[in-house]
Amino acid sequence: MSSHLELFAQLTANGIAVGSIYALVALGIVLIHKATEVLNFAHGDLLVVAAFSAWALIDKAGLSFWLVLPLVALAMGVLAYGLDALVVRRIVGQPQFAGVMLTIAIAFMMRGLVSMGFGTESQSYATPWTGASTEILGVTVADLSLVIMGSVLLIAALLWLFFRYTRLGIAMQAASQNQLAAHLNGVRVKRVNSLVWALAGVTAAIAGIFLAPITLVDTSLWLITLKALAAIVLGGFGSLPGAVIGGILIGLIEQYAGVYLMHGVKDIAAYLVLILVLILRPTGIMGEAHGRRV
Amino acid sequence: MLLDVQNLETWYGPIAAMKGVNLTVAEGRIVAVLGANGAGKTTLLNTLAGVIDPFKGKALFQGAEVQGLDADEVARRGLVLVPEGRQIYPFLTVRDNLMMGAYARRDRDAVARDLEKVQSWFPRLKERDAQHAGLLSGGEQQMVAIGRAYLSAPKLLMLDEPSLGLSPRLVQEIFGIIRRIRDETGTAVLVVEQNAAVALKHGDDGYIMELGRIVAADTCAALSRKEDVREAYLGGREAEGLSGTAQRWKRRRTWR
Repeated sequence: MSSHLELFAQLTANGIAVGSIYALVALGIVLIHKATEVLNFAHGDLLVVAAFSAWALIDKAGLSFWLVLPLVALAMGVLAYGLDALVVRRIVGQPQFAGVMLTIAIAFMMRGLVSMGFGTESQSYATPWTGASTEILGVTVADLSLVIMGSVLLIAALLWLFFRYTRLGIAMQAASQNQLAAHLNGVRVKRVNSLVWALAGVTAAIAGIFLAPITLVDTSLWLITLKALAAIVLGGFGSLPGAVIGGILIGLIEQYAGVYLMHGVKDIAAYLVLILVLILRPTGIMGEAHGRRV
Repeated sequence: MLLDVQNLETWYGPIAAMKGVNLTVAEGRIVAVLGANGAGKTTLLNTLAGVIDPFKGKALFQGAEVQGLDADEVARRGLVLVPEGRQIYPFLTVRDNLMMGAYARRDRDAVARDLEKVQSWFPRLKERDAQHAGLLSGGEQQMVAIGRAYLSAPKLLMLDEPSLGLSPRLVQEIFGIIRRIRDETGTAVLVVEQNAAVALKHGDDGYIMELGRIVAADTCAALSRKEDVREAYLGGREAEGLSGTAQRWKRRRTWR
C-alpha cells in the first residue's frame, strides 16, 4: 500500500474516533435541547468534571478502569439530574437567552470548582487499551480508537431502541413534541425532563472518560461544546441521527485539514464548517423539512 | 355526584375569565356547555384539568378536591381532557399517540382491550397505525385525541370544542362516537361547544355560559325549546327578515 493511501486511511480512522466523541457530546446537547429547549453550554464542562473524576479515581485512588467507568457515568447522571431539578428547571418559560446565560454561568462555575478541587495542571491516565494497536488491512489503528468507535455505535443503537420502544423513551419524545398533551396524559413532565438531563449526563461522562486519554485531562476539554455545536448544525439542528453524522464528519474534516491544508486550519475547521453550513444549507444534512417557521 | 363545581373563579392577570361557576356532572351523563367565543368555556375545562389554577372556588371530583392540582395528577385520577386543537404528538405514530393515553396505567390487559375498542370505534386509526399522527387529517387527529383520552380510562371525559374545523358530517360522526363511548362504557362526558345545535342534540344536560358566568342550566331538551336559546344559538328567528333582526337588539334576554 502506498504511503499516501496509508496516511489517508490512518487519518480516517482517527477522524472517526474523535468524531465519535463529538457525536456523543452533540447527542447529549440535542437531547437536552429537544426536551427542555435549553441549549446547554455547560455540556463540555460535564466532560471536564467526568475526566478529572476518572483521573482521580484511576491515577490517585488506584481503582480499575472498569469500575471507574460505570461509577463516574452514574455520578454524572445524578449530577445532571440535580442540575436540572434544582437550577435549570426554574427558568422554564423564560426567553431562550435566559437558558444560554444560565448554562454559560454554570459552565464557568463547574470549571472553577474543578480547578479548585483537582488543581490546574493537565493530567493523564491509562486505559486498558493505552499503547496497544491493531493492524487492519495494512493500516495501524490504536485500540482505544476502535473501542471508542464501538462504544459510541453501541450507545447510539441503545438510545435508538430506548426512544423507539420503551414507555419512558416514547414519553420523552412525546413531552418534547407537545408538553401540554404530555401533562394531560399523566406524564410528570418535569421529572421526565430531568431524566433526559441525566441521560445526557451519562453520555457526557462516557465521552469525557474516553476523550481525556486521547487528549489530556484538562479544563480546556470544555471547548468540545463548540465543536459539538458545529456538528449539530452540520447534521441538522434537532436531529439525533444528524448529530451523530455531523459529529463524525467534523472529526474527519479536522483530521484531513490538519494534514492536507495549511498549518492552523485544523483548529478553525469546525467553525468554518459551521459558518458555511449556516450560509449554504441552514437546515443541515438531516434537517427537518417541515421545520417550524414561526 | 361525579363532578361538583362550586363557585369556581379563574383570572388571567387582571381579567376574570370565569366568575363563580357552579356546575354538576352526574354519573353516565353527557353534559354540554354552550357559549360564544370568549365566554370562558375553555377556561372552565382548563381549570378543571389543572392546566390553570383557579383564584377561588372548589371542584370536587368523586368527592375529593381537584382544583389547583397539577394536570398530570388530575389525569391520573380519571378526569381527562381532550384539549382544544387536538394537541396530538405529530412525530409519533398513531399507535404511540394512542398508547400515550395509557402512560399512567399498569393494567396491560385492560389497556389492550381498550385499544381494540378505540380501533373498533375509529377503524381509520387502525389503518394508519404506523403513520406519523402529524400527517393525518383534522378529523382523524380529533379521533386520535379522543381515543388517546379514552385510553386513560377516564371516569369523566372532558372535550374542548371537538367539532372545531371539521366538516358537518365529521361533526356528526364524532358526536356519534361520544354517545357510543357513554352508552358502551358508562363514561360521563363534559363537552364544551360553540356548535349548539349538535351539542344540544346529543347532550343530556346543558349549561349556557356568557362572559364567564353560567346564565342557564337545564336538560338539553328543555334548553333547545327556550325562545332565547333558539334565537341566540340555533338561529331560530333568521327567517323573519329585517324587522325581526331590528327587534332582537331591543329585547333583553332572560334565558327563560
